[in-house]
Amino acid sequence: MKLTGAQIVIECLLEQHVDTIFGYPGGTILNVYDALYDYRDRITHIRTAHEQGAAHAADGYARSTGKVGVCFATSGPGATNLVTGIATAYMDSSPVVFITCNVAKPLIGKDSFQEVDITGVTMPVTKCNYIVEHADQVADIVREAFAIARSGRPGPVLIDILKNATAEEAEYEPLKRHLHHTEGRLGALISRASHDLKAPEPDLNDIEKLVDMINASERPLLICGGGVVRSRAHVEFEEFANRLDAPVAITLMGGGGFRGRNPLTTGMIGMHGSQASNMAVDACDLLIAFGCRFSDRVALDPTSFAAQAKIVHVDIDRSEINKNVQTDHHIIGDAKRVLELLNERVRQKDHTAWKEYVFSFPTQTEYELASDTLNPRQITDSIARLCPMETYVATDVGQHQMWTAQHFHYDFPGQLLTSGGFGAMGFGLGAAIGAKVSHPDKVVIHMTGDGSFRMNLNELHTVATYNLPIITVIFDNRTLGMVRQWQTLIYDQRYAATDIGVDLDYVKLAEAYGLSGRRVSNQADFEDALKEALACGHGYIIDCVIDIDEKVKPMVNGGDPITKFLILD
Amino acid sequence: MDKKRYTLAVMVDNKAGVLSQVSRLFSRKGYNIESLAVGAIENPEVSRITIEILAENDQQVNLICNQVRKMFPVHSVKVLRAEQSIRRELVLIKVHAETPEQRNEIIQISSIFRANIIDVAPASLTIAIIGEEEKVDAIMGLVEKNGILEMVRTGVIALERGAFTLNEDTKVRGEFNYGKNVR
Repeated sequence: MKLTGAQIVIECLLEQHVDTIFGYPGGTILNVYDALYDYRDRITHIRTAHEQGAAHAADGYARSTGKVGVCFATSGPGATNLVTGIATAYMDSSPVVFITCNVAKPLIGKDSFQEVDITGVTMPVTKCNYIVEHADQVADIVREAFAIARSGRPGPVLIDILKNATAEEAEYEPLKRHLHHTEGRLGALISRASHDLKAPEPDLNDIEKLVDMINASERPLLICGGGVVRSRAHVEFEEFANRLDAPVAITLMGGGGFRGRNPLTTGMIGMHGSQASNMAVDACDLLIAFGCRFSDRVALDPTSFAAQAKIVHVDIDRSEINKNVQTDHHIIGDAKRVLELLNERVRQKDHTAWKEYVFSFPTQTEYELASDTLNPRQITDSIARLCPMETYVATDVGQHQMWTAQHFHYDFPGQLLTSGGFGAMGFGLGAAIGAKVSHPDKVVIHMTGDGSFRMNLNELHTVATYNLPIITVIFDNRTLGMVRQWQTLIYDQRYAATDIGVDLDYVKLAEAYGLSGRRVSNQADFEDALKEALACGHGYIIDCVIDIDEKVKPMVNGGDPITKFLILD
Repeated sequence: MDKKRYTLAVMVDNKAGVLSQVSRLFSRKGYNIESLAVGAIENPEVSRITIEILAENDQQVNLICNQVRKMFPVHSVKVLRAEQSIRRELVLIKVHAETPEQRNEIIQISSIFRANIIDVAPASLTIAIIGEEEKVDAIMGLVEKNGILEMVRTGVIALERGAFTLNEDTKVRGEFNYGKNVR
């Protein structure tokens, strides 16, 4: 049948079972929005306050559901406003398809109104990107884009469609998703290379070699990285950890990949990792890392990292091997598949003595529980106690992010939504919107700091417009806490540009958007407010007043050996 | 640490934008491209890029190759070992030459190096030479005193000796999968 390019875009989204789009309309993408109007009973469109919010929301949708997120924006500023969101998705391997439109072909290259070379701009932060010049290319490219976004190591893909291509008509043949790889561009790509489009089957010799290494090991340690979350391998991972009877350190991105209540977990690893995790890295004789990059926040000093251990890296992306840390063995494949094969081959182990050593160090930082003030631990404890098990938690970036990662137990993949690699302040509210839209019957908590919150608080408008009962918990220390912590510890208490916040009234801010809020400064009041928030059925802000000098503990300075704690308690 | 020169052969889709995608990856990962040559091959849908970079060791080069392999327009990547490959570059040098002595000398040097004089003008000669850097450097050293007015080089191109081709089977191929290195 003959359809316009814009209609083909929407039809192709339906082929992919897309039910939700986050976006913001504008001049060049008008044809697509006009076509979308006819499909409004089948596809929900969430219009955010700013394109960055839409990008984070599509990312939050993808992370919490495991499906591909979709985000629309117009040309020029609409497209460039996405960039932080795209980079965030790229660094954390989140599958999102971004569709922007650009000026029509005759206007390209003439510095036309709202023209920008967005494929050039986003080249380093997308898995792949495309320019669509004519309507007859739309279906082919959208199909390939979705396949690439979700396959192998997932990631964002951007499609820039010229306005003329959305208006022209072209022949469109519907094609079921499972047949996409047989035709057109995608078919050609797969027949040529099928690069990253299916997970490589793990090499059985590599698996056997690891089994031998496991059998020879007395002090094994597992690292659960973001790859376990992305491949939804939490069940297999837990079985493997139990079989191996080994401690499990969890990276920030790995939150939810290993059940936090399993007694084998040593908590987070790295710069703000627990003593148990970091000491275990130093003492283990075999370190098996699943789906992690050994980033500079985990392997702070690559040369001394796990110096006594044989390091084994399991990853789906070959180019990660030996990138940051020199490994002794690697297995290429999807975490789930590798774990299945390992579970078939590894017999039950017993590492009681080794576990005793590791768990002689604390897995969490203890806080004094005062009744007249509020500290981060009290906030996270209360949330854990009062909220259902299946609560989604989105964070921004900074101290609150670390406290949230350290003190919660995450039970399933997608539960913790956080900007780990890119560290984008302002990620949380958008991500919470994405999670809430895709899980309307679940509690979604947006943990933030006063600094991060002010970056994208405009999305409260989206929360209000679509009546999304998201609970925003602000760790309000009236400063940029993490930066201040560094200034205190490393920069001789020279507080440049951190303590200049006005004392903003977040309750009035909530009211301005037609939401409610409360300012609290002790645990009892916090719990009252949280109960009210859970019951109220609309967006709610809890402004938690905490001490300006509250620190994230422990802390290892960047580049230092992982057990050289700058502060402990 | 001393850096070594490495020659990479990269097969890519012959499409607009691919060259910039590949070359940008090198700068993004902190490499300066020492030499770059690109052109279509017997299959017009494929271009072959020859890139030379400086790197500390083989492992570092393998890491950057793995990053290149990840790109979708890339068909295959191979490091061409100097001892197993033929490397050539075409260089054109326009030399100042006015007096008969100067002209004779340059013509003699050219013939010794099996270079060709491809343009003659009252005050200059243009030499075309094909070879590796050593040969080019040597002839440049000899004609320099006359004054090099202008020069241009195509960048090194390289091909493996013998019957080896880029389609060789390796473990890396299995890990990147899927016949990625097979055209």
